[in-house]
Amino acid sequence: MIVDAQNRDYREVNEIIRSSKENIEVINPLGQRFLGAGLRERRVNVYGIAGNALGCYLDGGTVEVFGDAQDAVGDTMNSGRIIIHGSTGDALGYAMRGGRIYVEKNAGYRAGIHMKAYGDKCPVIVIGGRTGSFLGEYQAGGLIIVLGLDRGEYPISGYFTAAGMYGGRIFLRDPGEVLLQKEVEMRSAEKEEMEEIKEHISEWCTLFHMDEEKVLDAPFYVVSPKKGDTPRQKYVAN
Amino acid sequence: MPIPSVIYPEYEVVRYDRCTRCGRCIRECANGVHYFSPDKKMVLSDDTKCVDCLRCIAQCPEHAIKIVKSGCTFRDNANWRPGIIGGIIKEASTGGVLLSSMGNPEPYPVYWDKIVINASQVTNPSIDPLREPMETRVFLGKKPDSIERDENGKIIDNLPPQLELSMPVMFSAMSYGSISYNAHSALAQAAEEIGTFYNTGEGGLHEDFYKYGNNTIVQVASGRFGVWRGYLEGGAAIEIKMGQGAKPGIGGHLPGAKIVGDISRTRMIPEGTDAVSPAPHHDIYSIEDLRQLVVSLKEATGYTKPVIVKVASVHNISAIASGIARSGADIIAIDGFRGGTGAAPTAIRDNVGIPVELALAAVDQRLRDEGIRNNCSLVVGGSIRSASDVVKAIALGADAVYIATAALIALGCHLCRNCQSGRCCWGIATQRPDLVERLDIAEGKVRLVNLLEAWKGEIKEMMGGMGINSIEALRGNRLMLRGIGLNEKELSILGIQHAGE
Repeated sequence: MIVDAQNRDYREVNEIIRSSKENIEVINPLGQRFLGAGLRERRVNVYGIAGNALGCYLDGGTVEVFGDAQDAVGDTMNSGRIIIHGSTGDALGYAMRGGRIYVEKNAGYRAGIHMKAYGDKCPVIVIGGRTGSFLGEYQAGGLIIVLGLDRGEYPISGYFTAAGMYGGRIFLRDPGEVLLQKEVEMRSAEKEEMEEIKEHISEWCTLFHMDEEKVLDAPFYVVSPKKGDTPRQKYVAN
Repeated sequence: MPIPSVIYPEYEVVRYDRCTRCGRCIRECANGVHYFSPDKKMVLSDDTKCVDCLRCIAQCPEHAIKIVKSGCTFRDNANWRPGIIGGIIKEASTGGVLLSSMGNPEPYPVYWDKIVINASQVTNPSIDPLREPMETRVFLGKKPDSIERDENGKIIDNLPPQLELSMPVMFSAMSYGSISYNAHSALAQAAEEIGTFYNTGEGGLHEDFYKYGNNTIVQVASGRFGVWRGYLEGGAAIEIKMGQGAKPGIGGHLPGAKIVGDISRTRMIPEGTDAVSPAPHHDIYSIEDLRQLVVSLKEATGYTKPVIVKVASVHNISAIASGIARSGADIIAIDGFRGGTGAAPTAIRDNVGIPVELALAAVDQRLRDEGIRNNCSLVVGGSIRSASDVVKAIALGADAVYIATAALIALGCHLCRNCQSGRCCWGIATQRPDLVERLDIAEGKVRLVNLLEAWKGEIKEMMGGMGINSIEALRGNRLMLRGIGLNEKELSILGIQHAGE
């Protein structure tokens, strides 16, 4: 089903998506927010620029944007897939617990903040370009993979990378020097870890028509929390 | 050589001769105060461990125990009070930040106690609530600005989703984790029976309690623990927690040691991992951002549920509330600085925030002045202690109130303020199975229902006395209130006259 978003506000567009049982193709979007909110099954394709909170609370299904997306993509998503053929804004995958997000180019500030894993759910974000500051802040679980392709002279991530991270891992491809907080450490990815992320990179390459061999042909590093070094207040009962 | 420092036990256990050494107190005390001395063949006590929770006294079959406040303390000093000296000693010897539980106990003015309620005499006769109808039902949510009609003149239903309460009292947010399964179960069942709502707090909704969904408010906080589509759809309303009266401006950190079993499942994080709730929502930096979260929750639930935004009462509360009222939120909940908590830094609990009475009066007035009072309902909490507090809050402008400490007292809490220890002898603020099972769910529910039924009776009596037969007619009716011993400024903020005027 094709939904022409021209001259329709977000509520109208989303109402059509919600009440339909078919896959949806949104054409002429003008940054409408909340596209695919709480979606369970089906596919929503967006041809153009999607607005904030795309695929928030996603619980299955696929949201694919052929264009850029803005802030809060995949907020608190539980499962499903979000694919962005372009860049995204801030707070990508806030508190996401499951599912996959693939971004072709760059992500803004606070990508993967508060990401967590639970049971058989292990969320994965793959970002092709670079990210802003506070990548993986408060990360408690899951995988964030930043490939840093075509970033020119820019750093792979901004300041305060993994600040307050206490679980999960961040993979950085050929990152150069990264300024890290004292509660996290960076080391070369182990062979088994590379095996583990290969499927995600492979999927990203398929989605965005990139040469997998070329992407993998670079050193990968892993940022993870030091054990027991979560910043925490010391208390005394009063 | 260590510096010896004395913090003499605050409470002493007095044991009378009629003690039969049955050992009940030893079994009842989770703090390990009582013990049997084989040498002396007596039950003795380690007063340093006593928190004055009164469990042993309640359970001693011989009534042989008494707990008294110790007279042995620092030399009298109105400035360097014992709590201040003791705090310094604790911090100096450990380097830890002082941690407390439950609401601010400091002697700030309690404005409820300085406000009195009107009654009719001679004209506008009072009403007997036992013999005449008296409406205590309230509907919480945004009210439409105008009536819309279709082409045939029929009224179009343009009412946004509402919460229907049989009386203007709800149970406020307490997470599963901060309180026990049994406490949550009793609150949920009582809310269902009374026709009101309880609130999950930020710890997720236990799978056993989804069946009480029509009487459940589900909370979304900065950590988003336990939040998923089914959870949002599972409740009758969704509350965004921006702040808490007991600890405005700070987040929470539940240590991994407490994330076990059911708690882990309900919060949807692995056992043994910390649960960090940051102070801010990192996607909210403005009212526009708040609006985005509010609307995203509505989009995810098809605009079927009211969204509540809960904030702590702080200095600029009326401007904050004005913003929230424009954010698309249906209900604003304001939590006063005497509100309870399972754990908060003492410095924050006792010094940050403002009394909810002043916050409520200021917010109600501001929203009226701006012509947006009907955009939102107002709910206040943070130490509503009685039916008269409820009546005063409604007359100051609230649509309903939140209670939590009062509800816990109904469940057996004796306000010893040691929730942070996890050793609640009453089975409320604990996860230890042997302690949790002490709280009988069925009896707990009955006591909660009793409390609210009694309050409802009192509310009706007071309304009847004022000649008011509908709680709606009491809301914002500040002519029904007078201040006692308040200065001009306080009266002007509360929007009430002094007694005698």
